[in-house]
Amino acid sequence: MTPVNRQRTIVLWCPDWPVLAARSATDIQSDAPLALIDRGLVFAASIQARARGVRRGLTLREAQFRCTDLLVLPYDPVLDRRAFDPVLDGIEALTPGVAVLRPGTCAIRARGPVRYYGGETEAATALLGYLHGAGLPQARAGIADGPFAAEQAARRGPASQSAPAAPTDPAQPEDRISILPAGGSAAFLAPLPVSTVADPALGTLLARLGVHTLGQFAALPAQDVRHRFGAAAAQAHARAAGREHDEIVPRTPTPVFDQFREFEPALDRIDQLAFALRGTAELFVRTLREHALVCTIVTILVGTEDGLLTERTWRHPRWFSATDLIDRVRWQLQGEGRADSGLAAAVVRVAFTPDRVDAVANHEDGLWGTGPDERIHHALTRVQGLVGHDGVVTAVIGGGRMLADRQRWVPWGDDGAADVRAAEAERPWAGSLGGLLPATVYRAPIPVTLVGSDGAVVGVDDRGRLSGQPAGFSSRTGQSLLGVSSWAGPWPVLERWWDSANLRAVHRLQLVDDTGNAWLLALGDNGWQAEARYD
Amino acid sequence: MSLPLPSSAAGPPPAVRSADPAAVSALQARIQGMQRDRWEAPGRPVSAGLAALLPGGVLRTGTVYTVDNSTSLIMALLGSAAVEGAWSAVVGLPDFGAEAATGFGIDLGRLVLVPDPGDQWLAVTAALVDVLPLVVVRPQRGVGDAEASRLGARLRQTGCTLIVAGAWAQNEASLRVTATRWEGLAAGHGYLSGRDLDVAVVGRNGSAPGGARGRPVRLHLPESSRDRADGTSGRDRSELPVGATSRHPVAG
Repeated sequence: MTPVNRQRTIVLWCPDWPVLAARSATDIQSDAPLALIDRGLVFAASIQARARGVRRGLTLREAQFRCTDLLVLPYDPVLDRRAFDPVLDGIEALTPGVAVLRPGTCAIRARGPVRYYGGETEAATALLGYLHGAGLPQARAGIADGPFAAEQAARRGPASQSAPAAPTDPAQPEDRISILPAGGSAAFLAPLPVSTVADPALGTLLARLGVHTLGQFAALPAQDVRHRFGAAAAQAHARAAGREHDEIVPRTPTPVFDQFREFEPALDRIDQLAFALRGTAELFVRTLREHALVCTIVTILVGTEDGLLTERTWRHPRWFSATDLIDRVRWQLQGEGRADSGLAAAVVRVAFTPDRVDAVANHEDGLWGTGPDERIHHALTRVQGLVGHDGVVTAVIGGGRMLADRQRWVPWGDDGAADVRAAEAERPWAGSLGGLLPATVYRAPIPVTLVGSDGAVVGVDDRGRLSGQPAGFSSRTGQSLLGVSSWAGPWPVLERWWDSANLRAVHRLQLVDDTGNAWLLALGDNGWQAEARYD
Repeated sequence: MSLPLPSSAAGPPPAVRSADPAAVSALQARIQGMQRDRWEAPGRPVSAGLAALLPGGVLRTGTVYTVDNSTSLIMALLGSAAVEGAWSAVVGLPDFGAEAATGFGIDLGRLVLVPDPGDQWLAVTAALVDVLPLVVVRPQRGVGDAEASRLGARLRQTGCTLIVAGAWAQNEASLRVTATRWEGLAAGHGYLSGRDLDVAVVGRNGSAPGGARGRPVRLHLPESSRDRADGTSGRDRSELPVGATSRHPVAG
């Protein structure tokens, strides 16, 4: 065997990966023509769609014109990567050191697998055999000096095969393996168009300069290419010449921090559950800690015996400790309930998934002035244990015209979009209350009675005028009327007049009764109501 | 009480020949201060208008004040006594007007609300007085002497001031608004811009800060900028909105 060539690379390529990924995420029949659209242009198309003339780069309308029953989905790069992860995990189980060139294409340094499987063809066959078992019978392999040449070899297919898109027989993986001999990359690459290696701008420029193939490009002196076109072009030139110096940097597998616990038999009491989860929660926190991380947002999934799954994402003002996690599970199960209420259904499974992690260094206890005091936080957490998560709140002033709309409650521990709300509150809310603000704002307005001097209920006409002078007022039905010492209004508030379902049209009135109490009243569909009280 | 001793305390006392009433009362106060039989808690300074209401002119730590029927007065006390960065909590007032609270200088980021504690209100209050310097609570039921003194001991230990919106057995002072005169509103025009409150104050042993028992003390809300600046609390109030012309929160 020849001395080990460090540049030898195996590239595995799954054709139409974006389409496969999109199919795996949605329930689409595998024979339906499908196109993925990115910014109005076709990004990828399935074989069936390509057979009908849909090409990459077409506008959506043109593609639909060519193939009328075309299914269109937006292109999601994140989905692409995510769907490739399990495939990579499988390849890594066969051979370590996998580098992702892009979703659907990965490179492996050939040395290890070749030595293990006893030959380049054998190694590629083993890898393709795995991919075939994983539901990717179209996958191809290329082996050459360097990842670029290997990828081109995989894409072009074996030299013996004239048409790369010819139907392949999964039973004969040799048809899908193309091996360039050591040192043969440059000869293989020479006839390829220059656009395979250069970005569009450089490719156009080279074509205008009369350089059309990689062979022609590679024939240029490397020094001159670097001076004339820059470092990126110099790298492209090295690739075109089959002298690639890119090292394959294997990906670091992302550690998995998810923790779950199954319960058999199912637990139906919260204290049992809290006790049983203690170890899992501690393991979750400790695993993160070992990576010098803390979790600031966690998603908790609870499965119950009747097949119901509840998922909720919890935020934490600092970071989650094991006790905090168990508290969140309790709140999630009990909802508004108190600490001693029972569960609706027995729990069979609880899973913790970190949604956001942060370096532990950012969350070490600092000096004064960073975040709420530790002691206060502990006390409020204890109170939340008594009255539920939503029972302890801080108020945020947001936008709106009615007073109750303007103040919003954010449960302790949730960082509501306070900045957004503060910005909202600064906007001019025409019709909102000016002057003095009332200290008591009723969450549920109280029905009141307001009558004129003639004893009839005061109304407001279409032109916004009161039907009579307010003379008698009562804040409780059935109580004797109090006199009105002074009043002002009505001031109209009209909200969402364009939306009849959510329209609000009220008239406001300030009023002081003769016992000295001041009220803010609103006349809406339900008659006069006390919106707030100055007490 | 906490009257400062004259600088000549070490020397011979000033001779009082005639029956000067001011001098007599000063001397009486001094005798009272020397003979006092109980420990006086230190206090939080409040603005001048509120100081006139409170026995000793300060909001004492580790004690209970009751404010019977005015949320605004509670907010004024909270906003005036909370120094920069101090936390406070409001328990059991679901209709607390947070926007008005900002008008009294209360920092909403450091105000914790427990709107509906239900029958856990006493446990919640006890947990909060351990860590927060100012706690407001509306009792959901009457509180017995035993519970009140247990909580009182806790208050003295932690130095928290509890303001009760309602009745409480052992209080430092109970404040009650007896009359309100509104400004700015007439028959059909204007809008509420301020008010005078008559506050009846009853101290611990039936004493009132004004001396004359039972006579209410006048307080104007919102307090003028001069009154607020007079308050010796550490917060700079010069930038707080004053007056009713802006749409920014002004509360009273």
